[in-house]
Amino acid sequence: MKIAVCVSHVPDTATKVKIGEDGKSIDPNGVTYVINPYDEYAVEEALKTKEKIGDDSEVIIITLGSDISKESIRKALAMGADKGVLLKEDNQRDSFGIAKALAEEIKSQGCELVFCGKQSVDYDNSIIGQLIAELLGYSCVTVVVELTIDVNKLTAEREIEGGKEIVESELPAVITTQKGLNEPRYASLKGIMTAKKKTIEEKPAVDSINLTEVLRMHLPPSKQTGRILGTDKSAVPELVKLLREEAKVL
Amino acid sequence: MANKILAVLEQRDGLLKRSAFETVSVANKLASELNLEAEAVVVGNEISNINDVGNYGISKVAHLKNAELVNYSSSGYRDAIVNYANEVDADYIMLANTSLGKDLAPRLAVKLGAGCLMDCVKLDTSSGDLTATRPVYAGKALVDVKFNSGKRVITIRPNVFKAQPSDNSSVDITVKEVSSPNLKTRVVEFKKSEGKLDVAEADIIVSGGRGMKGPENFYLIEELADSLGAAVGASRAVVDAGWRPHGEQVGQTGKTVSPSLYVACGISGAIQHLAGMSSSKYIVAINKDKDAPIFNIADYGIAGDVFDILPALTEEIKKVKQG
Ligand SMILES: Cc1cc2nc3c(=O)[nH]c(=O)nc-3n(C[C@H](O)[C@H](O)[C@H](O)COP(=O)(O)OP(=O)(O)OC[C@H]3O[C@@H](n4cnc5c(N)ncnc54)[C@H](O)[C@@H]3O)c2cc1C
Ligand SMILES: Nc1ncnc2c1ncn2[C@@H]1O[C@H](COP(=O)(O)O)[C@@H](O)[C@H]1O
Repeated sequence: MKIAVCVSHVPDTATKVKIGEDGKSIDPNGVTYVINPYDEYAVEEALKTKEKIGDDSEVIIITLGSDISKESIRKALAMGADKGVLLKEDNQRDSFGIAKALAEEIKSQGCELVFCGKQSVDYDNSIIGQLIAELLGYSCVTVVVELTIDVNKLTAEREIEGGKEIVESELPAVITTQKGLNEPRYASLKGIMTAKKKTIEEKPAVDSINLTEVLRMHLPPSKQTGRILGTDKSAVPELVKLLREEAKVL
Repeated sequence: MANKILAVLEQRDGLLKRSAFETVSVANKLASELNLEAEAVVVGNEISNINDVGNYGISKVAHLKNAELVNYSSSGYRDAIVNYANEVDADYIMLANTSLGKDLAPRLAVKLGAGCLMDCVKLDTSSGDLTATRPVYAGKALVDVKFNSGKRVITIRPNVFKAQPSDNSSVDITVKEVSSPNLKTRVVEFKKSEGKLDVAEADIIVSGGRGMKGPENFYLIEELADSLGAAVGASRAVVDAGWRPHGEQVGQTGKTVSPSLYVACGISGAIQHLAGMSSSKYIVAINKDKDAPIFNIADYGIAGDVFDILPALTEEIKKVKQG
């Protein structure tokens, strides 16, 4: 079976956001980019699935982005993925435009199982996996923390408010991964060396329309630094009074 | 005939959720500003409090009913709602950005040929068209976004928009039987988590971090939470250490919350933690290090020892709640 993993290359979560010159995106100066943290769970689960179902299966990393995104593809290859595809795009696309190009590539590669992260930590949409599934007519289970795949059937546990849902579905399918699903492996030295020899195919991302458009980016209003009411329990009565009378939250 | 906005209401165990009333209220407001007609739709089996939507000023509700849709089925819900949206020719679909809303909204969008904007915290129509604002980079920035598409799917962040009760309480509820639902993907079981209240749904959250020193001390957090009717949250450090279950983690890789009150105890305020809770209305920090970054976003703080302060705080809350 061919397994696709969609990987996005994103600013490190510790990034201090500054607005870029276009007023619509962040200033990339000084920003460290990393593989999207949730996508590491996706890569790991794809590798585990391959190990379970046997050697004729293949794990293909697909990324839409500019040249620098190759770093994240390399990282996934070093973890053990078989090959990478970079769909080149230097411009901003909306989620639909990204999903469209990824879905086309997944189709032409003939992948029946697709892993995405539950969310990219840049735009925080949590949407690409579902869009890909609908565009391809695949089943989809999101925010998965446990997964069992049988021949044509899958059982997944997904995290929701107040508990976990056990979901049954069929292949072909898209799974979006959440922390807790697995422990992503570290790339071994050997993995890193062999990754250098694996191919990253590059091709332009297929055209797509943007159904939504960013007009501007801005910073949240800065909060007034609050009051430190004291250093021990003698400050408690005042705190409770403020919560009641000023904040009115009690 | 005016264009339509369809509010998709979420139910669980046959009860409409609080977010359903928020969704109706926001759909109504948008309808009046953009000259649309607002309707609601809910998928499920028996829904005991369905009449309550009438208290939020919506006049028409379709209940798409089937015993097999008692639990969520992404394929079944999608098909039922898409069919209904096409039948009434809705231009806007609105859902709450809950687990269910996040799962379902993009699927409706693809099937309806609509653009999709997730997790909106502000909807502005002053230009005559809709501009939505949504947080990005875990709330470190916001973007104003517009649609280029005619059909539009929107999810709104729970707890940000308030449900607006209204006098108009006559509501026309139509039950439509869904014949042979598509159950290709379906929930076969729901495992309720041990905790009583989930952070994602709570109006008050008391969170503990590494400053609590060990899992055995979290009773202090639980007692304070009980006195406030709050949910218990945790930092990643304590979840990774195995002191608390993963479902309680607040932050970038945990849950994003925006309660009325967030009490952070022994939490330093790392940027990834702030990412998940900085949009809380009021933040209280208790940390013995007065320079901890959590104080930069707290409204009120006590720069002291949690073991000294928490028991006193619980006592004081109990006292004022009784009096
Ligand atoms: C990709 C990525 C994602 C992450 N996602 C998350 C996330 O979702 N959520 C999250 O929380 N973190 C996340 N983190 C981790 C984050 O960077 C911090 O490591 C973590 O939040 C620290 O937890 P803490 O505040 O409990 O512990 P610490 O940073 O160790 O802080 C403990 C605090 O307790 C105080 N303290 C100690 N003793 C006492 C006492 N007796 N009384 C009062 N105060 C006391 C100390 O002064 C200190 O400020 C993520 C990190 C990365 C790299
Ligand atoms: N540019 C991209 N290239 C490849 N995969 C992506 C890209 N953007 C998002 N994804 C995938 O979609 C998931 C969800 O992203 P999002 O919907 O943007 O939050 C990510 O975790 C990735 O698996």
